[in-house]
Amino acid sequence: MKAARESIRRGAPQLSALIFLLVVNWVIFPPFFDVSLVDGRLTGSIIDVLNRAAPVALLSLGMAAVIATRGIDLSVGAIMAISGAVAASLVDAGHAWYVAVLCAIGAGLASGLWNGFLVSVLRIQPIVATLVLMVAGRGIAQLITAGQITTFTNPQLAALGSGALLGVPAPIIITVAVAAFLIFLARTTALGMFIEAIGTNPHASYLVGIRTRALLISVYACSGVTAAIAGVIVAADIRGADANNAGLWLELDAILAVVLGGASLLGGRLLFMMTLVGAVTLQALKTGILLAGFPSEFNLVVMAAVVSTLLVLQAPPVHQWWAKKIGGGRAVMAPWPALASRRARPPGKPKP
Amino acid sequence: MKLEHNRPLLITLVVFGLLVGVAAAQFPFILSGRVVGNLLTDSAFLGVLALGMTVVIISGGIDLSVGAVLAFVSVLLAVLIEQHQVNPFIAFACAIALSTGFGALLGSGIHFLKAPPFIVTLAGMFLARGGCFLLTNDSIPVNADVYQQLSSLALPLPAGGRITLSAGIMLLALAATVVMLRSTRFGANIYALGGDQKAARLMGVRTGRTTIAIYAFSGMMAGIAGILFSIYTQSGYPLAVVGIELDAIAAVVIGGTLLSGGYGGAVGTFFGVLILGLIQLYITLEGTLSSWWGKIATGTLLFLFIAIQQLMLMLSSRRRRAAGK
Amino acid sequence: MTAHRPVLQARGIRKDYPGTVALDDVDFDLLPGEIHALMGENGAGKSTLIKILTGAEQSDEGRTLLEGNAVDFPDTSVAQKAGVWAVHQEVTLLPNLSVAENLLLGFQPTRFGLVQRSEMKKLAQATLLDLGLDLDVERPLGGYPVAVRQLVAIARAVRTDARVLVLDEPTASLDASEVERLFALIRQLAERGTAIIFISHFLDQVYAISDRITVLRNGQRVGTYFSSALPKVELVSAMLGKGLEDAVEHPPSGSAQERPVTACFTRFGKENLVEPFDLDLHAGEAIGAAGLLGSGRTETALLMFGVLKTDSGSVLMDGQPVRLNSPSDAIRLGFAFSPEDRKTDGIIGAMSVRDNITIALQARNGWYRKLPRREQDRIADTFISALNIRTPDADKPIEQLSGGNQQKALLARWLATEPRLLILDEPTRGIDVGAHAEIVRLIEKLRDEGMSLYVISSELEELTAYSDRISVMRDRKQVCILEGSDVAINAIVSAIAAPETAE
Repeated sequence: MKAARESIRRGAPQLSALIFLLVVNWVIFPPFFDVSLVDGRLTGSIIDVLNRAAPVALLSLGMAAVIATRGIDLSVGAIMAISGAVAASLVDAGHAWYVAVLCAIGAGLASGLWNGFLVSVLRIQPIVATLVLMVAGRGIAQLITAGQITTFTNPQLAALGSGALLGVPAPIIITVAVAAFLIFLARTTALGMFIEAIGTNPHASYLVGIRTRALLISVYACSGVTAAIAGVIVAADIRGADANNAGLWLELDAILAVVLGGASLLGGRLLFMMTLVGAVTLQALKTGILLAGFPSEFNLVVMAAVVSTLLVLQAPPVHQWWAKKIGGGRAVMAPWPALASRRARPPGKPKP
Repeated sequence: MKLEHNRPLLITLVVFGLLVGVAAAQFPFILSGRVVGNLLTDSAFLGVLALGMTVVIISGGIDLSVGAVLAFVSVLLAVLIEQHQVNPFIAFACAIALSTGFGALLGSGIHFLKAPPFIVTLAGMFLARGGCFLLTNDSIPVNADVYQQLSSLALPLPAGGRITLSAGIMLLALAATVVMLRSTRFGANIYALGGDQKAARLMGVRTGRTTIAIYAFSGMMAGIAGILFSIYTQSGYPLAVVGIELDAIAAVVIGGTLLSGGYGGAVGTFFGVLILGLIQLYITLEGTLSSWWGKIATGTLLFLFIAIQQLMLMLSSRRRRAAGK
Repeated sequence: MTAHRPVLQARGIRKDYPGTVALDDVDFDLLPGEIHALMGENGAGKSTLIKILTGAEQSDEGRTLLEGNAVDFPDTSVAQKAGVWAVHQEVTLLPNLSVAENLLLGFQPTRFGLVQRSEMKKLAQATLLDLGLDLDVERPLGGYPVAVRQLVAIARAVRTDARVLVLDEPTASLDASEVERLFALIRQLAERGTAIIFISHFLDQVYAISDRITVLRNGQRVGTYFSSALPKVELVSAMLGKGLEDAVEHPPSGSAQERPVTACFTRFGKENLVEPFDLDLHAGEAIGAAGLLGSGRTETALLMFGVLKTDSGSVLMDGQPVRLNSPSDAIRLGFAFSPEDRKTDGIIGAMSVRDNITIALQARNGWYRKLPRREQDRIADTFISALNIRTPDADKPIEQLSGGNQQKALLARWLATEPRLLILDEPTRGIDVGAHAEIVRLIEKLRDEGMSLYVISSELEELTAYSDRISVMRDRKQVCILEGSDVAINAIVSAIAAPETAE
């Protein structure tokens, strides 16, 4: 309980940003918070925001773990395309929906293991290592769907995207379940601590006996799995797999969600809860742009503004200036912590 | 640097040779001047883009904004020329000035905010793509006479081929980049920055100025590529060439430039671009192969080159340690 | 050696770092054409002095005179323009550029803005030939051994007529013939009138090359001596700071040897790093490792903890052969290791004191058996009070504690695992006097409670106080193990200063 209160206190800036955006949406569009039950399914703008945020939220959960180890995973969008293609093709070929889903997740796991192998065994920089799958992944997905947009009618699989349980849309339930599992794992095992340790000081972590190599592989595997789940949801939602466009550029949204959640790209902070907040904030922003009557293309400009703002707020020179101006340093600049000028050493690389 | 000191380039040339061999064995006519000329023309805008990317990557950075800048330039040209009747050449000058300035802005962001190039240029990519949509949502055809004339300008090649203006500009850009990297102090500074930024600073390289110039150069090349693309497609479309920055990065890596910076060159990138073009060409000619094999082949080549580079790096550091550290 | 007025003088240099005084009222004179060795253990202030003289840092007090004129170097490039260059052990050149480019970066011959490569090649070759080096200057520098890179770095400095050249540990990674080559070059430069400051921890090399020696200790100048008039034993004791006469006699314990052997290392070693050595550690015994910097002490500790993999020898635990390939192997065997560089290898900076204390135990338990929060708190609080770690609470990020308290927290990290063998590398370096005494007392207490300890320290007085035996290292080799009444400062000093004095 104490830990939960602590994380809420530290996440205050992120939460206030989200609340601010929601209020702005509400001012622009007064029925924003109205929720009604239509055909046994909750509907309303706020539900829509959560529902649409689900795929990016899933991606960003895996991405949060990867970024906490000082890595990055550019391939999640492509993995989404692969898993969607696998699921759609299998049910299309007459397999049961759960076989299709399990195989899709298996494909995500395999992709993640491949990334982990490149990063932790071959010691290729994460950004380079995951680029390989980012480039080739869509080709693989197209190979699976033979270049078509594979559509299916399997109702159980489709329900994962557009169904609802007790009125709550399935994507939200799945995302919450995955998040709950990951948060449970991070809280009740030492994995969260180990991941943050690796991201903070890889060599010292190795010296205290953490198996850095195996852990790094697992983290990328986890990212692959969450991406695969997101891919299944997206495919289920549109009842088809679009290898070209499924998850396109969502890796960038996921990275942004993690950073918006208050983690540093330099690693060392694992914040699943705040990452979810970041993902919802991002979607609230996008929805707000639409509600305000701007064309959806305006999204990109706003995203650019968000990234630029984050960059300025996180910049070490700006930090120093703040620290000097206000005194107290870190405590005052809580919004984007853990960005003190720690010098990076590649993960898991023992010092000679 | 002599070829013997540049093994990655050697590998690139071997891969290129093998591809040409395989393709030519099956389709002998691809060695004709016409096909070669077309390959060069079709690769022109990617080639120019990749040359800019080469410089950035050698310096240890990355530029994700180039594809969006290319698209923005093509849209801007269409809007200026078609909707505002601006003289195309003035529009070209504006486009290049704008894209160069934009690159310089990104470089300044990287230097002054001490931010990772990946994120800064990501913001640049969002901004430039968003800018496209602010100008227009639709594809705007360009019907100016100058475009007709420019796209039909060509130098004849033997055997029925021709070097179009686009291809010629790419070759000129290649020559200019080679000279810049090999034979200017700025070029040496780029390699120095990619090798070890701290050591470079200790040896008197002005890192800030160099960083800004590097991204400005990349922006300028993206602008030129945008002009070539505009002439090539005779239109401007906000969603054009989504993801081309990945192709550019892939071409650079397949061309033997190390993604971690410090090693590589423009000639390799040129062949990297030709390899990508050849794969496309082969898939088209083969007929039964589907387009996605192109992506898979690119990804596989990318992996092979990264793995080889990593292996060479590990081996050389092991050898150094074996030789008494 | 010409007895002109000094080319470089430092007067009353003082430099404070947060928490420590790096240099305190240090004077230093450098004559033209002399080779002047600067000696001292880690933390003595050598590198700080060098940084101040070459403009990499600024002194808080005192002044620097170049040929009699007061100078102020705001950064290294200004110092370089004035002719003061430093070549560091970590060669700060660019391995990806060619030799010629490294030599001439920023000064390439150009015509119409274009670098004239053939001219650059000629110029580079001529510069190197002048120094007796015949290299293919177009090859990348990274392809050459470190020795050659070092020579190129020196060539870059002297090409611009350096008046003062600082060589910081230039021989650290060179073999004998390479050292000879370097020395020939250094002598040649000195004959031309370049004043050279030479830093090395190899005593023989210092005697072979230097005209004078200045010894620093704890930020103060101990003295400047003519090399030919300074016996090696006196140099060592000047560096280690203990007069031979005030050696504390160690009460011979002897009893530890009769207790069971915890771990036994046989012919343990790694090529080019540490020559195979034998060492058995008894329960309740502290073995001190003495030797100068670079003698292989730290590498020995890294081998014993599985950080570096051996290529020879074996380990027996309680008489059984065991596998020791990684730190996690070592921890499972009951080993613990507190590294020398607290900041980069020890603390996990942004994490709390509690997490830093419990993490090794947690890693040994496995990720799936998380210590309950209450247990973590108990362990952390126990050690915070037992070791007197001064922190407002266990939640404070460890990087915000003082050096001594960080060190105690790191010891707590390992004590929490209840190790059988505790390896400590310089546990008392860079910490305040109070914490120092506490750590020494702790080491004695752990020893008396039956733990085996292997402690590396440059503080000989401290080492003799708690060690039952002393393993003396020299030139990456364990040269002898001192026992009984030989566990005394003078015996250690003469073993380190050998070969001549031992014979």
